[in-house]
Amino acid sequence: MAIGVYLTFRILDLADMTAEGSFPLGGAIATMCIIKGINPILATGAAFIGGLIAGLVTGILNTKLRIPSLLAGIITMTGLYSITSRVMQNAANVSLLGKDTVFTIAQNWGLSRNNAVIAMGLIIALLVIFLLVVFFKTEIGLAMRATGDNPQMSAANGIKTQGMKILGYMISNGCIALSGGLLAQNNGFADLNSGVGTLVIGLASIIIAEVLIRNLPIGGRLLTLVVGAIIYRLILALVFQMNVEPSDAKLASALVLVVCLTLPNFHLPHNLKGGKKDAGSTKN
Amino acid sequence: MPEVLKIKNLHQTFERGTVNENRVLRGIDLNLEAGDFVTIIGSNGAGKSTLLNSIAGTLPIQEGQIILNGNDITKLPVTKRAQNISRVFQDPKMGTAVRLTVEENLALAMKRGQRRGFRPGVKKQDRKFFKKQLAQLNLNLENRLETEIGLLSGGQRQAITLLMATLQRPDLILLDEHTAALDPQTSITVMQLTEKLISEQHLTAFMVTHNMEDAIRYGNRLIMLHQGRVAIDLAGEDKQNLTVPKLMELFQKHVGSELEDDAILLA
Repeated sequence: MAIGVYLTFRILDLADMTAEGSFPLGGAIATMCIIKGINPILATGAAFIGGLIAGLVTGILNTKLRIPSLLAGIITMTGLYSITSRVMQNAANVSLLGKDTVFTIAQNWGLSRNNAVIAMGLIIALLVIFLLVVFFKTEIGLAMRATGDNPQMSAANGIKTQGMKILGYMISNGCIALSGGLLAQNNGFADLNSGVGTLVIGLASIIIAEVLIRNLPIGGRLLTLVVGAIIYRLILALVFQMNVEPSDAKLASALVLVVCLTLPNFHLPHNLKGGKKDAGSTKN
Repeated sequence: MPEVLKIKNLHQTFERGTVNENRVLRGIDLNLEAGDFVTIIGSNGAGKSTLLNSIAGTLPIQEGQIILNGNDITKLPVTKRAQNISRVFQDPKMGTAVRLTVEENLALAMKRGQRRGFRPGVKKQDRKFFKKQLAQLNLNLENRLETEIGLLSGGQRQAITLLMATLQRPDLILLDEHTAALDPQTSITVMQLTEKLISEQHLTAFMVTHNMEDAIRYGNRLIMLHQGRVAIDLAGEDKQNLTVPKLMELFQKHVGSELEDDAILLA
């Protein structure tokens, strides 16, 4: 999911709120497909396609109808809530109890439940990263990165920047819905409200990853995102070890986020190799 | 000589119909022949940038017509015009994508105005070509193909932007004060490179500049804009024998009034 958020946030330089809608949508689509007896891998693919469409909507709202990206994302997110609810046939959550998921497929290879989740998660994450890296090195991929970097220069070189943005929204939300589909299968249920906070989690993973390792080629950047996401989870797990009341959980994770997002600001001057000697933050 | 660009009665008015109405271009008529290297000068607000933006397509045309190689491009969007027109901006940051590498930027420019597909963006055979092209800049960039553009200096970036603009031979190249943001020495290097690339490929070029001496030294034709009209248009011998004082004299004769601020022109 972090990868999906990364695409719009860093590559296209847009904050895309659609994530909060496409995440549960992906979960709902994957779950309903599996319940209907569709192969879990195909069901996960369907979740990806659902996300593509969600991204397409936001993309069109943003570029063709000229709604600011933040608003366009919120509009799609709001609309998606009803659509996800429809997909789930108006239930707030749908269980996958006893159904085959991508993870039970991995369990059939003789892995324990936990190892199956890790193995399958890694396989899919690496596959997605591989495909994205290949894509970003193609002519269209280059054009998309240039669009996020310098729209005016891109247009002057004949790149259809609007189309590139829409495509970026689509791939990004496809990845997010894919992760939504995977999480639903891992949890064993799809939840209409699972989208709340996903964008922030994605952003936190990006920031952690960028603080850890900077200036990597595109493939390395995507890999560190996975590490960033895992570290964020670990930090959260640590916090919950300290007997946090369940009702305070959200507050706790919000605080963790604040720390994650602000820490880099204080460490930044050290990381600039031989760069600006900012005495301000080192004095303390 | 075949005609490359024809501008007919071009008008551009900002904030039309309001008290702030500003008639920036008031009827520009220009014909450019193949190989013309036209320098454009004029004080702030004379309409130089507006003229360039109108030709490039970043400003929609309100009145008038622009014809490139016999095709009416008046209503074409920027991306379509990019097939035939390339551009170098004033700000070195504007001409390149900073988080892409040198070779990736060059590859983007190679495909200017063409369809982009799923083939590799930077091809092996391109790399050799890029190296050869970069070597002629004499900036030691030929071994830095995989350096991110953001790590290069303004002069290096502007040189690369120039190269990008000419990699696929454009019918017309627009230079928008492309040396104004550089230090004097780099500015000279970039200007010499500009002249070299333009003469080697026999490009048709428009160069906006604030520097009168540059405007006189380079190119085969000089145009001075004043209040949205062509005030002076010199070519051939008239242009060759021009000096800064002569140009000022001509300008004052044309306008019939003292220049309010020589400093703006001479800056």
